[in-house]
Parts: sequence; structure tokens; C-alpha cells
Amino acid sequence: MSEKKMAPRDQGAPDYTKYLHPVMAKNYGKWDYHERVRPGVLLHVGTSGDKLWSVRAGSPRTMSADTVRKICDIADKYCQGHVRFTSRSNIEFLVGNEADLKPLITTVEGDLGWPLGGTGPSVSNVSHTQGWLHCNLPGSDAAGSVKALMDDLIDEFKNESLPNRVHISSSCCQINCASHGDISIIVQHHHPPRINHKDMQICELPKVVAICPVAAIRPAVVDGVETVEVVEEKCMYCGACHGQCPSMEIRDSDTDTLSIWVGGKMSNARSKPSFMKLAVWGLPNNPPRWPEVSNAVRKILKAYKEGAKDWERVGEWIERIGWQRFFEKTGFKFTKYHIDDSPEALSTFNRSAQIRI
Amino acid sequence: MSVLEAKAMPLNTPMLNELESGPWPSFFKDLKEYSKKKPVVTQLLNQLEESYENRWNYWLGKIINVPGYGGGVIARVSEKAAKYPGLANFHTVRVIEPPGWVYNTKALRELADAAEKNGAGIIQLHGMSGDILLLGFDDAGAMQCAEDLMHQGWDIGGSGAAMRTLQCCVGQARCEMACYDTMKVTKHLTDTFIAFLHRPEFVYKFKFKLSGCPNDCSNSIVRSDMPIIGTWRGAMKVDQAKVAEFIDAKGLDYVVNNVITRCPTNCLSVKSATKELVVDHENCVRCMHCINVMHKALKVGDDKGVTILIGGKRTLKIGDTMGFVLVPFMKLETDEDLDKLTSFVERVWEFWNDNGMDHERVGEFIHRIGMGTFLDGVGVEPDARMIARPRVTPYIKFEELGPARLGGESGQNPPVWTREPEAAEAMD
Ligand code: HEM
Ligand code: SF4
Ligand code: SF4
Ligand code: SF4
Ligand code: SF4
Repeated sequence: MSEKKMAPRDQGAPDYTKYLHPVMAKNYGKWDYHERVRPGVLLHVGTSGDKLWSVRAGSPRTMSADTVRKICDIADKYCQGHVRFTSRSNIEFLVGNEADLKPLITTVEGDLGWPLGGTGPSVSNVSHTQGWLHCNLPGSDAAGSVKALMDDLIDEFKNESLPNRVHISSSCCQINCASHGDISIIVQHHHPPRINHKDMQICELPKVVAICPVAAIRPAVVDGVETVEVVEEKCMYCGACHGQCPSMEIRDSDTDTLSIWVGGKMSNARSKPSFMKLAVWGLPNNPPRWPEVSNAVRKILKAYKEGAKDWERVGEWIERIGWQRFFEKTGFKFTKYHIDDSPEALSTFNRSAQIRI
Repeated sequence: MSVLEAKAMPLNTPMLNELESGPWPSFFKDLKEYSKKKPVVTQLLNQLEESYENRWNYWLGKIINVPGYGGGVIARVSEKAAKYPGLANFHTVRVIEPPGWVYNTKALRELADAAEKNGAGIIQLHGMSGDILLLGFDDAGAMQCAEDLMHQGWDIGGSGAAMRTLQCCVGQARCEMACYDTMKVTKHLTDTFIAFLHRPEFVYKFKFKLSGCPNDCSNSIVRSDMPIIGTWRGAMKVDQAKVAEFIDAKGLDYVVNNVITRCPTNCLSVKSATKELVVDHENCVRCMHCINVMHKALKVGDDKGVTILIGGKRTLKIGDTMGFVLVPFMKLETDEDLDKLTSFVERVWEFWNDNGMDHERVGEFIHRIGMGTFLDGVGVEPDARMIARPRVTPYIKFEELGPARLGGESGQNPPVWTREPEAAEAMD
């Protein structure tokens, strides 16, 4: 009977106070300072003198129930049963007793097989989303392309040898769930949507007309069927209509490409937060390991590592040396497509005589 | 065919096999191992392999809902269901995460068990929306998983034109920079407005993200319609003894090159003789840089609160919008402060939903109607801290400076008296 009873609705967010590590609960709001003990290990010290170690490891984000249980076994043994996750899908094992640190690290690296890192000036885990595993819109994969990229960048994850932290994101369509990053990878389409007129009745047409950012979609009648048409000259291949309506297929396995964007920054430290800007386009969508993407990301990281001052994020470094030098140093070609043509475009031009010659 | 009854298939995954080795943990290796226990996962991996080979996706959307709710299940059906019957319905259930993503193992085991018992047993920690994502349920499995979890006190996340699941940084639970209790406020907003999360009734989605300080670890400024960012009023705290220790340890050059000269508003200088840091507190914009670098010597000030911004979102439709300042400073500590925040949110929602167009995020709405109109609409006084600089264009409709003209109403041109009599006669 109780099995059948409908569960209570509208319970809201879980009571996090039950989930706090005891040292967190005791020192809540009373932290004094932190140190990075080694890459992947943070030590937070409370005004009480209490210490909490956080052992940060890169997770694949997508995991089986058994892997979650493995995490639990480790946390029960060394972490008084407490872990947390970061916004970039790293796991943090929380340690109250210093003696647990060493065996925990051995277990995480050895048995679980997850690398320690992602702290301080390093490349953190890649923000990513569903890709072919589970979205209805992707032009490329997510978990797989991240795995391939991070295999390549593993040293930058495990060491703190960059000028500042580097956040990478990878999005499998232009909705861009993974958002802005110091370096961001996005799918790019090159044709207007292909409309399946026969299947158009499945939704309210005005919704898909309304979603187009450039008003390129208009109602039409084709072979007696009420449907829509796309004004090709206006369409910018964004795929917003495809998100609204599966009968407006934007993807093309032969022609879709990937582009890389740089200089997104959310933090307010030093410079104001900034959007990412186009660095290189036309990279092949090349599963299973997308080597061209890894290559391009490496070029950016190399130039950044060599050229940036301590604490400069990728975007700040580029703003200081100038975009011309960025293209020189990375070897990416500057093209007319790098020049903005949105309503914001005029404000992105060099409206001065300040030029590096 | 249901997810739980799906049959195992021989794996045929030459391309995915290339994602098995290498130093980064492999989701594929994990799922491959798990597929021995969970047959449907073999079908999932085989379909994924086809995606890799053809660079093509085989998932379509549909809509199903937990009874009583209007969102929270991301429904997926496979186009290849004939070949992979276990994937005919293979939905994701979004579950509201504990604020700050803190867990005990009991909670994690509950999630693992519910995912495994009712579906494919695949878990993502976490979705970019903040939620816990549980993948791979047919309709019945999704419902049962939701029921099981709700019986244990969990609740389902948001989707559609609704308030979305909130997300916050670790805040006071483990960070000395935190200027307010992000976890508490996240829970408070979630619980207060839970009906708006579960029953989409807005013109479009509305996201909150909360960060304890301007380092903005929850990426609120570009990822949320209402970023709430911790800050402080008055002077930051400077421990000159620890400043001197820092200078001794790192050297004066380091301090000059990495702290003093990097302040965006030039409010720092150093007295080399006494190893003292001088801060022009009035001019500090709370960027956090100097505090991040010298975090033992410098601390956020004692009179803490938040800055509320509005309008962040990604590209669709008018292009990326960065959140911008709406409330430069408010305290957010007492119950009254929280009430003030929730009634302010209600005012913003009411004005936006009454006047916004279908699919118009609040930032786009403000862009269309103008910030001045928006401020009038939500009852907020203009404040110079809301802008980077005042307007440049001189075409302005001053409400105060357009008094009625002789014989006519304000703004009418040509004056009505020359025409109206004729028009009136013609009407007769
Ligand atoms: C049928 C359409 C859509 C579906 C099924 C969908 C699904 C999803 C999913 C599954 C995620 C979480 C991704 C992950 O972490 O794995 C997500 C996040 C996100 N989606 Fe959607 N989405 C849709 C439409 C849109 C549209 C139209 C927009 C743009 C307005 C959008 C913007 C975002 C953003 C920005 C995120 C990141 C989460 C955040 O920053 O809060 N989505 N979406
Ligand atoms: S980026 Fe696009 S394809 Fe990828 S998960 Fe988000 S909506 Fe789906
Ligand atoms: S792809 Fe974008 S621009 Fe083109 S029709 Fe669709 S919504 Fe409009
Ligand atoms: S946003 Fe600030 S308070 Fe929150 S975790 Fe980051 S540094 Fe700490
Ligand atoms: S917090 Fe930023 S703005 Fe304020 S003094 Fe430090 S560096 Fe300057």
C-alpha cells in the first residue's frame, strides 16, 4: 500500500546541512584561509584552527551506478562519508584527518583511476553536456570529445604550471549549454535548415517562426500543406529553429565543422567579465578523438603559457598583446569571418589610431 | 520494450574502443563494464558507436511529465528503436541537487539505487543546469524513479518556461571569500518558489545562479537571468603584519608586478620602507584580485551583502547578454532580508511576465523596452552604478520637459487647434 502512495510534491532543494562534512558544518562561515598543498589538494583552515583537505579529481561526469557506489566506498573509508562536486564536474573528496590523505590519494588515483588536479593555475575539467549520448540536437559528441581532449591535456590538469586557471568548455550545438570559457569548442553549421514539410504539423507553427533571431522563417504552403519556409539570405544557420522543431534539420554530417573561441571569463578579478571571441574555425568534426581540436587547443595553451603574465587569464593576455599578435603566435589565420557583423559590430572595431606596427 | 527488460547485444564499438585507454577517466570503459550488469547499456553504446561512425544523432525529443509537474523529465526516444528496442524510450530525470553539490554517501547511494532499479543506472554529476541527471528510463521507469526519490525527500528539477533549478558556489561551507550564505539563499529561493519551478507559467525560462563573491565560481553573470553575487560595503580588511610577511616571502617586485599594478582601478600602493599596503577603499570595485593573491593578509570587509544583477544568458536570440547591475548592494542575512529579496523577485517576474513576449528572456525584454522603463516597472530608482557610462545619443524624450503647448496637448505637432475644428465639421 505504502508503495503505491504518491510521494509528496514540491519538497524543494535537499537539506544540505545533513550533507556537510563535520568540519564544514563546524566552521561554516568561519573560514580563515586556504592553501594549495599540491596540485589537486586544497587545505582550508578555519579561524578555529580546524583543517579540511579537499582532494580534487577529474571525473568523467557520466558514470554508472556502480562507479557512484565506488566513490561512496572510498568516501566512507577516508572522508567520513562526505564528498562534493564542482561546477566543472570535478569531484572533491573531503578529508578531516590528515592521516587519511595519503591512502585516499592512492585509492583515487589507483583504484578509481581518476587523476588529481584542476586546482590553481591549471586546465580544469571541461564543461560539457550530452552530445550523441543523450541530446536531440547535437552535431558532435560531448563526453567522448572531452575524454579525447583531456587525455591530451592531462599534464596541464595535473600540474599548476599555467599563468592562471584555464576553463575549457565544449558544446555540441550552438545553444552552447557548456557556456563561455577561456577556450570553448562549438559546433558550426553551414547551411540553412532542411525542412521536412510532411512532418510540419507536429507543433504550433508560430513558435518556430517566433524563435528565429533574424526573422528568416515565414509561414508558407507547400504542396497544400501548411508549413514554413526559410529566407536563405537572412538565415545565419544558428539552428534555433531546430531546437524548437525537429522537422527543421540544421545538422549535416558532411559539412558541419567545429570552431574554437577564446577569452570568456566570468570572474570579476582584474578585468570585467568577458565573452569569448572567435579564434579559429573550420576544424573537422572528427570522431573518435578529434585530433585537430586538441591540436588547436594546444597551440593556444602554448602561446598563452609562453606569453601571459602570472594571473592573466587567456582573454586578458590577448587584450594586452593585441589580437594581431594572438593570431601570429598561434598561427591561426585571421579572416573576414573573425570580424563581427552583429548589431554590436561597430563597437568591436578598432576605433582609434592605436596600432602595433 | 522497456528499459529494464532490454536484452544484451554483443558490443560492436571499434571507434568507441579508442576512448577506452588514456589517462583521463573513460565514461565508455565504465559503461562497458556496467553493461555486463545492465543489458540496455549495450544497446546504448552500440547506438553511440553508430553516431560516431556516421557523425549523426539518433535521439528525438518528446514530452512526458511526472504527475502534478510540468517539467523535469527530458524525454528521449531513439530513431533506431527497431534495432535497439531498449532505447525506444530513454529519458533523463532531472533532480534538484543539494546546494553547493555537497553529499553524504547515503544520499549518493539513494541516487545510484533509484537510477539502477528503475532505469539504465547512468548518472551525471552534474548537468550544466546544476541538476543531478539520471539517464535512461522508459515512461514507467521515469515515473517510478521520481516517486522513489521523492519518497526519500528529493525533488525533481525544472525545465521549460519556468524557474529553473538553482545553482550556487560552495560559499560559507568552505570558502573564506564568501560574503553571504549562498547555500541557504539557494535553498530559500528554491523552496519559496518551488511551484514556479515545477509548473512552467512564465513567458520563458528564468535562471538564478548564486556566487558568494565576485570571483563568481557559479558563473552566474553569463549563465543566469538573475545573478546574485556576494560583496561588501566599506573597507576590506588589511592585516599589515601579514602583508609584511607576504612581502618578505615573495619579494617586493612580486607584490608590485602581481598585485599593485594589476588593480583595475589603481587603488593600491605599497610603502616599501614599512612594507605596508595602502588601499584607496573608496575606489575599490571589489574585483577580488588582490584578495585572491594575498588571501591571508587581505580579507573581504565585515559589512557583507550582495549585488543583484539581471539579464545574463547565452546567444539565443539577440546574442549573448552579460548580467548587469540592478541592485548595487543589499544585505542578505536576516529573514527580513530574504523576504525583501523574494518580494523583489516577484516584482521583476510580474512586470516581465505581464509585458514580455513569448520566448523573451528578461535580458532581452529589458533590451527591447529600455532599462529606464524597466526600472519604473519594477520600482527601482536609477543608480549610476548600474551603468558603465551615461548615454551618448541626444535623442531623448524628457517626461518633465515636454509641458503642454498653447492650445494643445504636450507632444502634439502640429498644434491641434488648426485642424480639429475642420475635422470635427467634416465628421458632422
Ligand atoms: C528542446 C530543446 C532543448 C533541450 C532538450 C535542452 C536540454 C538541455 C539539457 C539536457 C541541458 C543540460 C546539459 C547538460 O549538462 O548535459 C541544457 C542546458 C542548457 N540549455 Fe537547454 N535545451 C533545449 C533548449 C535550449 C534553448 C532553446 C536554450 C537557449 C535559450 C538552451 C540553453 C541552455 C543553456 C544555456 C544550458 C546550460 C545550463 C545553464 O547554464 O543553466 N536550451 N539544456
Ligand atoms: S549544446 Fe546543444 S546538443 Fe549539446 S546538450 Fe546542449 S542543447 Fe544538446
Ligand atoms: S537556422 Fe537560425 S537563422 Fe536560420 S531559420 Fe533557423 S532560427 Fe532562423
Ligand atoms: S564565488 Fe567566491 S565565495 Fe564562492 S566559492 Fe568562489 S571564491 Fe568562494
Ligand atoms: S579588490 Fe580589486 S579593485 Fe579592490 S583593491 Fe583589490 S585589486 Fe583593486
